[in-house]
Amino acid sequence: MELLIDIVLLTFLAITALAISHVRKLFCAIMLASIFSLLCACLFVTMDAVDVAFTEAAVGTGIAGILMLGALRLTETREKRPPHQPWLALLVVCTTGAVLIYGTADLPAYGDPAAPIHQHVAPRYISQSQQEVGPPNFVTSVLASYRGFDTLGETLVIFTAGVSVVALLGFRSLRQFLRNRRRPSVMADHLVLRIVAKMFIPLILLFALYVQFHGDYGPGGGFQAGVIFASALILYTLTYGLAKALQVLPPRILYLLAAGGVLLYGGTGWLCVLRGGHFLDYRALASDPLVGQHLGILLIEAGVGMTVFAVMVLMFFAFSSRKEPQS
Amino acid sequence: MTLAGHYNYWVAIFLMMTGFYVVISRGNLIKKLIGLNLFTTSVFILYISLGKVTGGTAPIAAPGVTLYSNPLPHVLILTAIVVGVATTAVGLALVVRIHESYGTIEEDEIRLRDESL
Repeated sequence: MELLIDIVLLTFLAITALAISHVRKLFCAIMLASIFSLLCACLFVTMDAVDVAFTEAAVGTGIAGILMLGALRLTETREKRPPHQPWLALLVVCTTGAVLIYGTADLPAYGDPAAPIHQHVAPRYISQSQQEVGPPNFVTSVLASYRGFDTLGETLVIFTAGVSVVALLGFRSLRQFLRNRRRPSVMADHLVLRIVAKMFIPLILLFALYVQFHGDYGPGGGFQAGVIFASALILYTLTYGLAKALQVLPPRILYLLAAGGVLLYGGTGWLCVLRGGHFLDYRALASDPLVGQHLGILLIEAGVGMTVFAVMVLMFFAFSSRKEPQS
Repeated sequence: MTLAGHYNYWVAIFLMMTGFYVVISRGNLIKKLIGLNLFTTSVFILYISLGKVTGGTAPIAAPGVTLYSNPLPHVLILTAIVVGVATTAVGLALVVRIHESYGTIEEDEIRLRDESL
């Protein structure tokens, strides 16, 4: 049964991918890309990757689509027909694909418990992490503790990306934008939308907090919680307009949150050093190593959540505050 | 090598190649970024497929369960997804700026305007 679901989902994915490459309307392509992500999230659940599915559903289906639509508003909505048939591209792609498929002959069969990937570090994570780190969710243990240094790097990449987007698009015209904007959001006239949004936003925020703090015990964590928090704010902006959203959450606070999250993460690492441990070795944080690990994971997950939330919202604000091109 | 044993890998490679094709054959910069996203997502599928153990369950400790799927690929991909969307946003911001200076996001038109300078 599981195999059947797997095969059906993969076939759907292949069809969606072909449709994406075929359509010329960029709006359709973006919607199809969102559907692609949603199918992917379902596939990840069948492959036991619940944390990944969670992230893909929140990021790929929600935020990525919104950001692309934001860019689409500022550019063109239709792709032009290329001047010549891309036969060469097709040849390159087919050759690369054939070589890769030839390479899969050496891969172990799908789901094989004796595959090399399951022999090296994974058994230790599964058998020891509850004694060494504590949380029942192995993914959280590995993400926040065993490979905490990697995650710090990734949080920094997200922060840098946020800085780059703001540097490229800027909030230069923001004050002007607020002064000129007398007309309220178009969506504000839709009573149903407004009321549904009003009902949903607190629930989404509450759910984000649950995901943030329950990440040790179930699927979830700082990355997912940050994105879900951001999506609540994006929903607010979409229904009530950017001017209102900027009053609720001025960019200055978002800058502080984005930088503060990275600082909290790095600061936790240095605190461990000051207390006589290694960098990001949370056992030094308390007299009981497990309590120290718990505290460390809580702090760095909070840092990740803050940075991801602030960067996602900043990116969305940067795209939506940019003036539309004169047509 | 069996169909059921390698179907996941083959479809992941097919999706990867579709994304690759969109990146190299289309001139529209937003379409290229969508293709790039397609490519990265299929790499994620390949990684997660490698981490699956038949009969295993999600890597969250539960009483009475002994067989779990491999948590390591999950960690790598979870962070990669969020990093991926952040870098896509940088790409989109560049596209918006290109559109503001050139008035188009088609690659060949941009090249024409560059040559005519």
